[in-house]
Amino acid sequence: MRKIVLTMAAALSALAGTADTLAADLSIKVQIPTLQVAEYHRPYIAIWIENADQSIASNLAVWYQTDRRKEDGTQWLKDLRQWWRRGGRAQTMPIDGVTGATRPVGEHTLTLNSASKQLAGLRAGSYNLVVEAVREVGGRELLRVPFEWPGLQAQHSSVQGTSELGTITVDVKP
Amino acid sequence: MKHAIKLAVLLATALPFAAQAHKAWLLPSSTVTTPDQWVTVDAAVSNDLFYFNHAPLRVDNLSITAPDGSTLQPENVATGKYRTTFDVHLAQNGTYRIANVNSGLFASYEENGQRKRWRGNAAKFATEVPAGAQNLEVSESNGRVETFVTAGKPTTESLKPTGVGLELAPLTHPNDLYAGEQTKFRMLLDGKPAPQLELEIIAGGQRYRDQQNEIKVKTDANGEFAVTWPAPGMYWLEASLQDDRTSLKQARQRRVSYSATLEVLPQ
Repeated sequence: MRKIVLTMAAALSALAGTADTLAADLSIKVQIPTLQVAEYHRPYIAIWIENADQSIASNLAVWYQTDRRKEDGTQWLKDLRQWWRRGGRAQTMPIDGVTGATRPVGEHTLTLNSASKQLAGLRAGSYNLVVEAVREVGGRELLRVPFEWPGLQAQHSSVQGTSELGTITVDVKP
Repeated sequence: MKHAIKLAVLLATALPFAAQAHKAWLLPSSTVTTPDQWVTVDAAVSNDLFYFNHAPLRVDNLSITAPDGSTLQPENVATGKYRTTFDVHLAQNGTYRIANVNSGLFASYEENGQRKRWRGNAAKFATEVPAGAQNLEVSESNGRVETFVTAGKPTTESLKPTGVGLELAPLTHPNDLYAGEQTKFRMLLDGKPAPQLELEIIAGGQRYRDQQNEIKVKTDANGEFAVTWPAPGMYWLEASLQDDRTSLKQARQRRVSYSATLEVLPQ
């Protein structure tokens, strides 16, 4: 009996240890594809970590039209409709460390680690990395990449978009 | 003879409702917006949803409730041949309830052998309808036509029931409806749950399909009902009933109706 209690205590402290000193790197690559269209505008893109119940665990990036010389770009954020529903609508823009200007065609990398503000509160568990893109006079696409945080070993997974997004790659290194 | 008069009176009092064979609706340009935007609303009466091809909806009794519960005035109101339009400035964050509520009393009587008709409210009845009116028939109506628009995060302050007529109490927020998901609402009559009430829900875009495809639902003992939306789009929800809970003892019957335009979003 005493041995079992001791083992359990050890297991618990080991678990607590992981939660406290959870150290891992998260690297995300998002491809914005070249599109042969008459009128092209850079897409609005939201990147976030989704819980199992589809609520937002953490906002990682929201790229929208931030140029003050142009029309107020926040008015179209609702078109990122999944992000808007799940929490975007409760936010006040801009969000420090999350929001930024729209990005050009190409591959964009987000490099975060467990010390980053966006991941600091993320508990160990299963999540989806979600990327939602919507383009003026264009379409919308939403992709999900499942991953474990922080996981026991290095993870590498990717999904291929078909219209507004190219390849989305997620790398986790515990 | 007496029967004939009664019939005539019934027909006359029924006339104000004849228009309700058609559907009255408010159609907002958006139901989900970012803060500090505008919406423009079409208000019309038609057979097919949501096409303004019959008559404009008179919006003399428009009541726009802002997220903080205050009342807003519509802007740029214009009535054309087929529709009324107006703008609403969503200056506050939250949910707006845009409603047109018609309520009133209708009387029919004889004075010096002349048939007279009157419409007004309970306060005016005593002074405007002669005490000695012959063959007096009075009926009452309360009709609410409404829609909901949210700027930013949905709120519920503006959705508090007024306690008069048929109203919708959101168990699911009316600006949080999604295709394939179940929505629950409670219907209230004079602020209390309305059990066993039949409702009809019809999707817009009727011009491009052959059948009405109406969804029929009935409230349970708590006045609640559930609907799972088959597809995204604009929907029209309607219910009506007749009872004897009038505001004037001379009025024997009250007709109460409710309709709402709801937007169901894609996933």
